[in-house]
Amino acid sequence: MASPSQISIGDALPQVLLLRNLLPFSLINKPLPDDRFHFLRAWESSVPLDEFVLANAQSARAVVTSGGAPVTADLLRMLPDLQFVLTTTAGLNHIDLDECRRRGIAVANAAGVFSEDVAEVAVCLLIDVWRRISAGDRYIRAGRWVGIGAFPLGFKLRGKRVGIVGLGRIGMEVAKRLDAFGCIISYNSRNQKTDIAYPFFPNLRDLASNSDALVICCGLTDETHHMIDKEVMMTLGKEGVIVNIGRGPIIDEKEMVELLVKGELGGAGLDVFENEPDVPKELMGLDNVVMTPHCGALTRESFLTLCELVVGNLEAFFSNRPLLSQVQL
Amino acid sequence: MDQFGVLMTCPMFPYLEQELDRRFKLFRLWDFPSKSEFLGHHSGSVRAVVGDTKVGADSELIEALPRLEIVSSYSVGLDRIDLEKCKERGIRVTNTPDVLTEDVADAAIALILTLLRKVCVADAFVRSGKWMSGDFEVASKFSGKSVGIIGLGRIGSAIAKRAEAFNCLISYHSRSPKPHTTYRYYSSVVDLARNSQILVVSCSLTEETRHIINREVIDALGPKGVLINIGRGAHVDEPELVSALLEGRIGGAGLDVFEKEPEVAEELFELENVVLLPHVGSDTEETSKAMADLLIGNLEAYFLKKPLLTAVI
Repeated sequence: MASPSQISIGDALPQVLLLRNLLPFSLINKPLPDDRFHFLRAWESSVPLDEFVLANAQSARAVVTSGGAPVTADLLRMLPDLQFVLTTTAGLNHIDLDECRRRGIAVANAAGVFSEDVAEVAVCLLIDVWRRISAGDRYIRAGRWVGIGAFPLGFKLRGKRVGIVGLGRIGMEVAKRLDAFGCIISYNSRNQKTDIAYPFFPNLRDLASNSDALVICCGLTDETHHMIDKEVMMTLGKEGVIVNIGRGPIIDEKEMVELLVKGELGGAGLDVFENEPDVPKELMGLDNVVMTPHCGALTRESFLTLCELVVGNLEAFFSNRPLLSQVQL
Repeated sequence: MDQFGVLMTCPMFPYLEQELDRRFKLFRLWDFPSKSEFLGHHSGSVRAVVGDTKVGADSELIEALPRLEIVSSYSVGLDRIDLEKCKERGIRVTNTPDVLTEDVADAAIALILTLLRKVCVADAFVRSGKWMSGDFEVASKFSGKSVGIIGLGRIGSAIAKRAEAFNCLISYHSRSPKPHTTYRYYSSVVDLARNSQILVVSCSLTEETRHIINREVIDALGPKGVLINIGRGAHVDEPELVSALLEGRIGGAGLDVFEKEPEVAEELFELENVVLLPHVGSDTEETSKAMADLLIGNLEAYFLKKPLLTAVI
């Protein structure tokens, strides 16, 4: 039970509905700014969300969500004073944007915060597959480094053709880094970027046919679902490597696993999967596959930036200043 | 040429062995029960030694080969060759510079990335099924960090160029400042360590650089700093490094080389803040072949009395 003094302080501060605990804060042990905002912690209550909202959040003008907590039209209708939806993700699939537009509710997200972090993991996965880093580390820890020349050779990076699928913010950060290693960059995107010199392939299969590796950097939409299919992967070929830091369902995972097991695809670096955290068992024993548990954005630095962005957006909203990362609806 | 006796000191790369065998009279030292047994029968026939980072041409071997004229190393590093002895005897020495520069630089960046982003740990996490029970931990970003490079030669410069693409701040230490660079120079390794979040060893191994990474440097690097070694194991005081890692006095290490390869301190196997590689800096298909071709090119040039391609002496 809150003490009387806590309640009176709470009344003076602007109310912000929090659907779930904010991972960016908890993962780096940063306390929420309870001195500046009155956070209505819906997940801490024993009553269901709609009851909690009806009882406590009728004056809330802002709601903060992460990917796992959807802001549906139903929820929005229960918040008559709501004027601001803030998400800690770059993606907006979990927010009913039509309803927000209709009500004139402003939306802000975390686009751009993770671009470098995610791009780093893409580059790391690709180098790891080509140079067998994780395999080499395992080899030593298993006590298998006993003599000379038993560990298989890797592949040189300079001259390797890398096809980037989706040349947005993340794709560009990947390209910039791989450029420095002497990789030859080309790309496929919804539209050709007129100010970019990298060769553009309007057809994904053509990109695969001209690449030694594909790096998937695009978002998941109806069009991109299973866009990397058996045909694309067979075209990439026996020495081809696929890296995915977008979303698992962009690749036909069942087909990919079969091709990897049969040796029809050279290798894979995967941060995302169709059915996380379930990863196909067949991949677990392969040395030409590197797998990470959807942690492209999981850095202390990006979370610090994200926390600052959350606080900055809330402060801007409540003092009627322009939001830091508003989304055009 | 097929009477020109070439002694290969240990297995290196099948293609190299094949090509040497095709052209020259090849002796494989490891085919003999002992070095003295080999020398007993063939010491007079050896005119060239092909060595590498594991077994080179030390004083003892050179003295035992009266007709030795050239030593060709399957490496760029010359620490396994008694250069003084070669100079004394007028023996030519060649190595394999440049062709492996980029692979080694790529390996250095690979160590930094996998270490900071905990990718090897993450891969093990997934493989063990632990992802089913909980989320992975937060890691550290590489982009934007300060990188200190010891030795700004070919390899050091290639590492710097790659780190710059990650928006890193580059500083370096070498015997003297390099004229055409904008990177910040530190005349003291300790100062470089103190001012770097990532310290990379990429200089050659000489008497001066042996144990250049000592307790003082490790302490200066500190619990928030990491060490990357793609030079030679002997650059680092290994027992000091191991105890610093075990005690948390240094943030982590990415190591491709060790003082007594293939021995690696087993206490490191339990640590998540180390990445260990079995000396694979230049171990790619493309570069292994390029090194072999360069080595053979040097030997052929020597035999044909043409200028050597990459002579050190």
